[in-house]
Amino acid sequence: MKISFKINKEERLVDVDGNTPLLWVIRDILHLKGTKFGCGKAACGACTIHVDGKAVRSCSMPIKMVAEKKITTIEGLSDGKLLHPVQEAWKKEVVPQCGYCQPGFIMATAAMLDKIPNPTDEDIDQNIINVCRCGTYYRMRKAIHLAASLMDKDEQ
Amino acid sequence: MKHTIIGFAILALILTMSQAVQSSNNIGQNKARNKEEVEVIISDKPFDKMMAVLLHKRCVNCHPDGDIPLQGEDSHLHHFDIERGPNDHGLAGYTCETCHSTENNIFSGVPGAPHWALAPRSMAWEGKSRVEIAQQMMDPARNGGRSPKEIEKHLTEHELVLWAWDPGVDAEGIEREKPPVSKEDFIEAVKQWIADGAIIPDK
Repeated sequence: MKISFKINKEERLVDVDGNTPLLWVIRDILHLKGTKFGCGKAACGACTIHVDGKAVRSCSMPIKMVAEKKITTIEGLSDGKLLHPVQEAWKKEVVPQCGYCQPGFIMATAAMLDKIPNPTDEDIDQNIINVCRCGTYYRMRKAIHLAASLMDKDEQ
Repeated sequence: MKHTIIGFAILALILTMSQAVQSSNNIGQNKARNKEEVEVIISDKPFDKMMAVLLHKRCVNCHPDGDIPLQGEDSHLHHFDIERGPNDHGLAGYTCETCHSTENNIFSGVPGAPHWALAPRSMAWEGKSRVEIAQQMMDPARNGGRSPKEIEKHLTEHELVLWAWDPGVDAEGIEREKPPVSKEDFIEAVKQWIADGAIIPDK
């Protein structure tokens, strides 16, 4: 089955079984290794990407569902040489420990900030439901607030 | 030796008691969650056939009494702190569509169908009797302003309702349980019950 879509602003065409998980296509066919496999059942959030701007678990999204859609992975989140404010905040707060789950958290955070520009702690608790085995949640919370303020400054 | 035997006996008693307490707590939690364990009557009467389906977990799990969906064969609260959100589709940072697509996913075991969402709070069925559910379902103030014909259409044609007979497999590859009445018999029963005046029995 031939499926075309735009990923990180680039048009791509793949010829695979339509039920192939999007994550498989991203990692094994397009060789974008930033998006991670965690649980394979849409539970942990390590594979979170954006489809038409919304957070999606790519391990649980068949490739046939993204035909003609716009996909953004961690590799395409920044705008050219400038890091996305969420990535900038992640760096400043030194959030990652092992780092494996962080691309998923960053993508989930970027999607949340798009809808909730100034989240409260409660908003963060409710909206960011990914899992980090290193327990970096406290640093993430600080980084999310920092990212919100960086994005606020960018807009001014 | 005698002391050793007494010691083992006391240890065994403590272990048995602690397991009994744990077991009874689990049962208590399940019962608190499975409030839909209300009377299900399966007979040839259209109302009985229809309600046997509407009381099933495939329906009630998305008609919860609260803001957290239920899931699984034991109707536990949805994992990952999933919430209803302002439009019954989840919260701003994640919606139902973050994980659920328009069809079941055979690899991840995540169920899916078009319009995947929670029923509004006014349509909560969990813990209600079949008579209470029927009254609520036919009350335009609580059913989204639907007429009996529109209710019939919803129950017999809506893809999310009919998903109950094609619920797919879970993350372990185990098939989800289907309602106790076939889809064809359910559709026929709904149409017959509404054609007969949608009469709700006393119990």
